[in-house]
Amino acid sequence: MADFDDALTAFAAEVGTDGPVCVRGGGTRWSLGGEAAAGTREVLAPAGIVAFEPAEMTVRVRAGTPVAALHEELADSGQRTALPERAGGTVGGALMAGESSIARLGLGPVRDALLQARYVCADGRIANAGAGTVKNVSGFDLCRLLVGSLGTLGLVGEVLLRTFPVGEAERWVRLPGADPGAARSCHTAASVLWDGADVWTLLSGYAVDVDDDRVALAALGACEDVDGPPQLPPHRWACTPAEAAAFGSRNGAAGPFVAEIGVGVVHASGPQPARPVEPGVAELNRRFKERFDPTGRLNPGRDPLRKP
Amino acid sequence: MARTLAAATRRVLGSRRRDDRAAAVPDASGADAALVADLVEAVGAERVRADAAARYLASRDASIYKEGNAGPVCYPGSTSDVVECVKVATRHGRAVSPRGAGTGLAGGAAPLGQPVVLSMTRMDRLLEIDLDNGAAWVQPGIVNLDLTRALAPHGMHYAPDPSSQAACTIGGNVANNAGGPHCLAYGVTSAHVLAVEVVMSDASVVTLGDLTAEPAGYDLRGAFVGSEGMCGIATAVAVRLTRNPPAVRTMLLSFDDVSDAAATVSAIIAAGIVPAAVEMMDQRCVAAVEDFAQAGYPKDAAAVLLVEVDGPAGGVAIAADRVAGIARRNQAVSVRTAADDDERARLWKGRKSAFGAVANVMPDYYLHDTVVPRTRLVEVLEQIYDIVDRHDLLVLNVFHAGDGNLHPILAYDSRVPGAGERVHAAGREIIEMSLDMGGALTGEHGIGVEKREYMNRMFSAVDLDQQSRLRASFDPHCRMNPGKVLPSAHSCSDIGALRASDAAGVWG
Repeated sequence: MADFDDALTAFAAEVGTDGPVCVRGGGTRWSLGGEAAAGTREVLAPAGIVAFEPAEMTVRVRAGTPVAALHEELADSGQRTALPERAGGTVGGALMAGESSIARLGLGPVRDALLQARYVCADGRIANAGAGTVKNVSGFDLCRLLVGSLGTLGLVGEVLLRTFPVGEAERWVRLPGADPGAARSCHTAASVLWDGADVWTLLSGYAVDVDDDRVALAALGACEDVDGPPQLPPHRWACTPAEAAAFGSRNGAAGPFVAEIGVGVVHASGPQPARPVEPGVAELNRRFKERFDPTGRLNPGRDPLRKP
Repeated sequence: MARTLAAATRRVLGSRRRDDRAAAVPDASGADAALVADLVEAVGAERVRADAAARYLASRDASIYKEGNAGPVCYPGSTSDVVECVKVATRHGRAVSPRGAGTGLAGGAAPLGQPVVLSMTRMDRLLEIDLDNGAAWVQPGIVNLDLTRALAPHGMHYAPDPSSQAACTIGGNVANNAGGPHCLAYGVTSAHVLAVEVVMSDASVVTLGDLTAEPAGYDLRGAFVGSEGMCGIATAVAVRLTRNPPAVRTMLLSFDDVSDAAATVSAIIAAGIVPAAVEMMDQRCVAAVEDFAQAGYPKDAAAVLLVEVDGPAGGVAIAADRVAGIARRNQAVSVRTAADDDERARLWKGRKSAFGAVANVMPDYYLHDTVVPRTRLVEVLEQIYDIVDRHDLLVLNVFHAGDGNLHPILAYDSRVPGAGERVHAAGREIIEMSLDMGGALTGEHGIGVEKREYMNRMFSAVDLDQQSRLRASFDPHCRMNPGKVLPSAHSCSDIGALRASDAAGVWG
């Protein structure tokens, strides 16, 4: 069983046992799912890398650690996590927002990155979910429940994340006027972005494979090396991959957009209209909140059903 | 186990012959007459059986747990049949336990307290292949390998591939969050389930998750996967399709020393290579498999590794070269690459038939499933051999080495007095050693009844309280497959109603 370190127990003491409380990370997605209710006390999660084991491909890190700082440390061993890097964004914030990186085709979703979580429950006690190994099905999967929960079920202090080797070669290319399907069919494509006219793709993997894919794409039309992805419009829409691929024709009102092909996230200029929620799903969300946080003290004002 | 199952089959066949005359009309003369009559009225006589043979078959899975106790068994053909069965069971104050093919190894599908058992195997259709969304909707009773075969014309497959994939169902895979050799690179079932239609304990039907990139609300399908039938009954599953890799290379590496093989595994991962699969077998296992499957394994090797790399051809060649180099630096005595698909299939056949091959060694076996940090495989294997020696048992090791998921097979003869006790004692030590190494109780087989009372060893009272809140959020009255996973102190109030022998667990 887990021995909790001082940083974690101090965090639990700060969260305490009563009164509304929320955790401030980098504030990059602070309004996701609603604003914190007035009068909510803000606390900070502990920061710092506890243990990075490159040969295990895992890293134990405190929730307040900036993702960029974590990745800088992992880069020395040629690794990274699936968490997105946002300016100032923290590990805990990325997990609680649950929004994947634009390289999700290559890295997988944030939900699969979390192996173990140590978090402060509504009653102030520390719970441990998951295991310290890369594979585990011991009991109910609280880790999946926590990712994307906006801190409304428990306040995460320390996590174990899966890491990946960074591709030996990584390059962004822009394909003006191309069919996004061609880039999607490349096995090294870790990201395929489409703004209704042009396609950007991140090719990642062994250099020989990346080169092969680039040659194949260049044979189909214009193919320019670029430094990175295009500027993403501010609003995030959750669509199916099929909806994202047909986004331009159906959603003129959304304005300029960049769609993640093969994933379904669309970055649009206006907010996504509220998605219909099945009554049974809404009821289950209500029950989870009530069971895990009976007094409603954890991140009041926020509701994952109101994402994005 | 082979002998035990044969005996069981004889008993079942005997009783089935006796019951055949009454097959059209479920046995309604017993204590469950009113319940059975209501089930028949709800879903039709052809979908309900209450005879001894049907109950016997529905009382067991592939584990050594023999105390399961099924009530009437229903064979729903649709979501609405499931809804009706749940309603009737609730009206009669009975729990409901779903089951797939019964290949589970932890007693998860062994019903406790005579619940109404829902055998989902007749709901076995592939409902829709949705290539635009990279998904397929299937009914829970579809067999894992049948799904992958149906996807083959599209150049796709379903990635999780348990050893039992020719028999096990997707519904069972969802219940156990099943794994398999290729989960090393591709992830376990949870990473491949996009949405699940579930009949809840109040007989309502909800769809958890959807095909969008990020479904709104809590990740309920993530919470549902791996819940061992205790959160509701899956009646349709949207699975993620995986593209077939353009190139695959399968290698058999053999070693004169088990430690060299284990060190090779750690070195491959440390080199930043993520193979599609890294499987290990020790000498006793290799010998048994070779006798059984003629896969071409070297019987004199102390250990072999089956390593598969896949992806675009150029990278596959590089990764294969690097793996071979690492193996040679770790004293591999041979490095063989499958020349064609036939040879590749033969190598995998050997691996996947390992459990059956044990029957040639000993009449019974007990298969463990724990996880350890993959950097500690060398010392873990030494400890397993030591534990097994001290208990005077035979062990065959065959496991998912790449992710540290051990499967030591303790082979024994249950006719020898005291053998069963020694197997249990050694098993307990292996579990405790794995946890002491920083490991987990189970990597892919689940907790079921088998490891229920070990949950306290891995989790604190607070942790287990949180897990029971997850379960209670789905099923507040504990009507779905009660008595599994959570140790008695954290389980539902209704566990008191289970028979004492049911609650005792495998390890008594």
